[in-house]
Amino acid sequence: MDGNSAIGEAAIRAGCQCYFGYPITPQNELTEYMAAHLGKRKGCTFIQAESELAAINMVFGASVVGARAMTSSSSPGISLKQEGISYLAACELPAVIVNMCRGGPGLGSIAAAQSDYFQATRGGGHGDYRTIVLAPSSVQELADFTHRAFDLADKYHTPVLILGDGMLGQMMEPVEFKHEAPEVLPVRSGALRGAKGRPSRIIKTLSSNPADVEELNWSLFRRYELIKKEEVTYETFMVDDAKLIVVAFGIAARIAKGAIKNARASGLQVGMLRPTTLWPFPSQKVRELAQNTKQFLVFELNMGQMIEDVQLALEGKGEVSFYGRPGGVVSAPNEVLRVITRLYYQKGLEK
Amino acid sequence: MGRSLAQAAMEEGKSATYLPSYGVEVRGGTCNCTVAVSDEEIASPIASSPEYVVVMNQPSLVKFQNQIESGGLLFVNSSLVDSQISRGDIDVVRVPASSMAEELGNPKSVNMVMMGAFIKKTNLVSISTLIDGLASALKNKEDLVEINKKALLAGYGLF
Repeated sequence: MDGNSAIGEAAIRAGCQCYFGYPITPQNELTEYMAAHLGKRKGCTFIQAESELAAINMVFGASVVGARAMTSSSSPGISLKQEGISYLAACELPAVIVNMCRGGPGLGSIAAAQSDYFQATRGGGHGDYRTIVLAPSSVQELADFTHRAFDLADKYHTPVLILGDGMLGQMMEPVEFKHEAPEVLPVRSGALRGAKGRPSRIIKTLSSNPADVEELNWSLFRRYELIKKEEVTYETFMVDDAKLIVVAFGIAARIAKGAIKNARASGLQVGMLRPTTLWPFPSQKVRELAQNTKQFLVFELNMGQMIEDVQLALEGKGEVSFYGRPGGVVSAPNEVLRVITRLYYQKGLEK
Repeated sequence: MGRSLAQAAMEEGKSATYLPSYGVEVRGGTCNCTVAVSDEEIASPIASSPEYVVVMNQPSLVKFQNQIESGGLLFVNSSLVDSQISRGDIDVVRVPASSMAEELGNPKSVNMVMMGAFIKKTNLVSISTLIDGLASALKNKEDLVEINKKALLAGYGLF
């Protein structure tokens, strides 16, 4: 199954009730899948919106009334959705947003890239907020993380972003779905479904009193601290005896893994850390690894964005190098292997 | 072709990835996909230097023959590719796939002719898995299944 369709199927099985799409390459298979499969399900809604703005605001509406709701796009379209994501965050509403990232800036290229890391992990829209960001690297993880995204969104009342890329979305791999679609669609408690028998609730983002907004920010940030404590996930690969650790996420991590396997075959002690949550970032794990390994190589399909989180995490306790290809150009494993090998000998790690 | 190979590999319990190229192309230009098949977990779906390259037309030969691994196998659709292969460190398998498909009555089955020849030489998946896969890929359209099966067997029978 292709990655985009796998997200669609996983979302349906997670009880996604509403999907609002707008076409953009390279995520169209997801919209197509939802048109074919979600729309047919009882009580579910598929809408191809008139614009990205409309789509994200439809998600807002669906989320207010307690439905599991989702939208997806690729880089330029995700920029258009940022206003809505900021409003969702302000109203403490769950939502799942998929970004199948392509080369930027501007309309850029339709090929796979990771250039939206900053936008994804720093909130993205205006105001002080964060979104949880999941970074899958296989079709199986696209499916698993989609399910997890809906659960996290509901648990913390926050928008959750899945940051993939054009390649993950288009490629095909075997995938197993671990859940059956629910018979009864989940409805979030606290949803607005009529105020009969209770005082009315107002969901809004504007307040004439700055102190109210300050309190909202404090409340959000207490929750973000909890998310940072509870929800960090990552994968490590051959780090125990590593003299050099490659840090990479998503499809770049798979390319790096191919390179690391070859490096190991020629006797270089190289390992990998792959964050699967980009926010919250596994900073603690980076520091822990730095106790034994002093050399880190960050590999990204951009000009160097996650590297800042690695540097922040290290607090100077390790040396960080960078290799990246931007704009939709994707490195082959042997290219990364050359970078690893050069760095390994430059730093005298063979001794 | 790539997709049915990946599908068949998956059916046989192997790890498989299928990566299509996605871009703007012209008719008669190049369009490609990468398939990785392995007994272990596949790290990168991108191949630095593939063991096998199948080229169906002349522009693809120009674009891809340099990528193939030394000692690898290059399959060419010899009906459409007439130029000399400049690499001396690879083996070349020439399959007149287009003309065979035409003789069989459906020029579109050219990919399955090549596929038959490809798996006979490489032994990556079995012919029976591929034939079984045709029915589901073609949604049980009997006539199409039959055409493709015939093409597969014709290519398979070449070597």
